[in-house]
Amino acid sequence: MWKWLHPYANPEVSYHFVGKLLPWISKITFVLLFIGIVWALVFAPADYQQGDSFRIFYIHVPTAILSMSIYMAMATAAFCSLVWQFRLADASAAAMAPVGAVITAIALFTGAAWGKPMWGTWWIWDARLTSELVLLFLYLGVIALHNAFEDKNLAGKAAGILSLVGVVNIPIIKYSVEWWNTLHQGATVSKMSAPSMSMDMFWPFVICFLGIAMLVTFVICIRFRTEILSRNGMRPWVRTLITAEGTK
Amino acid sequence: MILLANSLNIQPLNHPTENQVLLSVNGLTCIREDRILFEALNFSVCSGDVIQVEGPNGSGKTSLLRILAGLSQPYDGTVLFRGQNIAEQSDVFHQNLLYLGHLPGVKGEMTAQENLEFTLALQGNDSSKAEETLEKVNLLGFEDVLASHLSAGQHRRISLARLWQSTAPIWILDEPFTAIDKQGVTQLEQLFLAHAQRGGCVILTTHQDLSFPEDKVKKITLDYRFY
Amino acid sequence: MIPDQNLSYRSAFNLIIKRDLTIAFRHRDDIINPLLFFIIVVTLFPLGIGPESTTLSRIAPGIIWVAALLSTLLSLDRLFKSDHEDGSLEQMMLSPHPIFILVLAKIIAHWMVTGLPLIFIAPLLAVLLHLNENSYSALMLTLLLGTPILSLLGAIGVALTVGLKKGGVLLSLLVLPLYIPVLIFATSAIDTAAMNLPYSGQLAIIAALFFGSLTLAPFAVSAALKVSTN
Repeated sequence: MWKWLHPYANPEVSYHFVGKLLPWISKITFVLLFIGIVWALVFAPADYQQGDSFRIFYIHVPTAILSMSIYMAMATAAFCSLVWQFRLADASAAAMAPVGAVITAIALFTGAAWGKPMWGTWWIWDARLTSELVLLFLYLGVIALHNAFEDKNLAGKAAGILSLVGVVNIPIIKYSVEWWNTLHQGATVSKMSAPSMSMDMFWPFVICFLGIAMLVTFVICIRFRTEILSRNGMRPWVRTLITAEGTK
Repeated sequence: MILLANSLNIQPLNHPTENQVLLSVNGLTCIREDRILFEALNFSVCSGDVIQVEGPNGSGKTSLLRILAGLSQPYDGTVLFRGQNIAEQSDVFHQNLLYLGHLPGVKGEMTAQENLEFTLALQGNDSSKAEETLEKVNLLGFEDVLASHLSAGQHRRISLARLWQSTAPIWILDEPFTAIDKQGVTQLEQLFLAHAQRGGCVILTTHQDLSFPEDKVKKITLDYRFY
Repeated sequence: MIPDQNLSYRSAFNLIIKRDLTIAFRHRDDIINPLLFFIIVVTLFPLGIGPESTTLSRIAPGIIWVAALLSTLLSLDRLFKSDHEDGSLEQMMLSPHPIFILVLAKIIAHWMVTGLPLIFIAPLLAVLLHLNENSYSALMLTLLLGTPILSLLGAIGVALTVGLKKGGVLLSLLVLPLYIPVLIFATSAIDTAAMNLPYSGQLAIIAALFFGSLTLAPFAVSAALKVSTN
């Protein structure tokens, strides 16, 4: 049943295939993001309680959701690489890690920016922000471990093991941080929840989410192609590609 | 043949066989740090073979030996032990393998005898034979000396002592003659030949000239590749 | 199984424990230094925060546990480093004994040498920090169940970085996020005990983490060692 996937295990085939997809992804990304951001920031109604400062929610929540999904995708790629020895899975995991880290950082900063008008402080140790912070450390750990190895194959395997250990730990950490937060709940802290959404707010949110997801996909695809090139640098097809591009 | 084996007092092998293919290598490719060391290598090792892997520094000899021992993973290709991939039967393969690398695996905090006892027990042999084996490698009198007070050559001897107690048919030795004097080299060469004659195989690398008769040694030569 | 080879789980386990304990006792610095570090870190806090006993007793569980975490982290390096450097680790990887058992034995020996002294010293340090009297048993129990978790999870980090040149610096980044759940539940148990409330729930969760890591961590460590000795 999966035979049609077999050609894509070849790095050269995947490189060219993703290259063909890229223009389409970039166009869709641009359209979705443009519509989504303008709608969210300008046209959507302001929240009756939080006012205009609520609009950061349209960026914060998609990035927070995506930071988790990218980690899951990375761990899945690591699993495929370790268990079934898919060589390209290593390259895709390495492509995803820095993007995930940046998205997590954006989620943290937008969350903190949301916090300032709401609670008056730039940082608050609530369950979600603390979990995002720990997720950022997990990402940084994977990236740092990958960079510490000279041989890319070993780097991929080691980073893969770490991602899998992280994936097992993430629910445990999330649960314990939430529990810790309820334990130390002061009188002043309110939960950082999204208010129940009306249709006016739902559609810009969905479009923003899809736009940011496509943006992430676009960046990961570019990084994936770069990783394929760097891992296959000694192969003839890469050499012809370099000399061909060079003469243009 | 049998006389030679007994005079050296080495152990009988696990499942001794005649002319069986012990290891076979198919399409082995090794890439280290973006440089192809060797590509699509094919050969087999039968019982009774003594194989010397030669080549200049950096040609991939140690990498090849480590892949044969199962320590490193090749970029492509398989290593088969008795017809089955070594990755799928690592426990059985390890029972039939003895590997000596560049590092002697000797701990400075333990005495020579304690080190050898540990090594023998680790490879599943009788650790009570440690003392008499130390005698074979000319370390009589050094049994209770802490290894941190011993020289590099003596560390190498402690590490080589396990060969006399080994019941594994496959010996993979990476530069076993390092820091060993001429007499020791001769002794080791005799040991290797005896091992081959009783049905085992020896795969080794060395920069020295072996004094083996020509027909007893097979050679694999690796070239230095730039890309 | 070859009949003339002595292979059994118990003999492999005992072999490694005996060897690692022998090496540790002949190299006593490895035991004393992390312990001294633990003591000094705990001593620094009153100097930094102020000697007021109500403040100190409020934060004492956190201080002791964080100091225990850091001290374990410091001592983890010796788990595989010297074996990797002299070639003994390779020999263990090629041994007919299953790697799971050898790794588990190494980690347990490590805990006996670094975790146990911590557990014995902790009550004395708790006195320095004016820990509430009701909390002492909770402190000991959480340390007893928790320090093996620190050794087990830390072993994963060390196994991944043992082949690297500057692996020690990277280790804290890799391992500390994994320690967070143990830290949260242990300090919560000690705080709850101070209020004379039952803390068996937190202990049960720590015990679950302990058994989970006891069964799963050696697999991750073996996989990581195979990568590091590649």
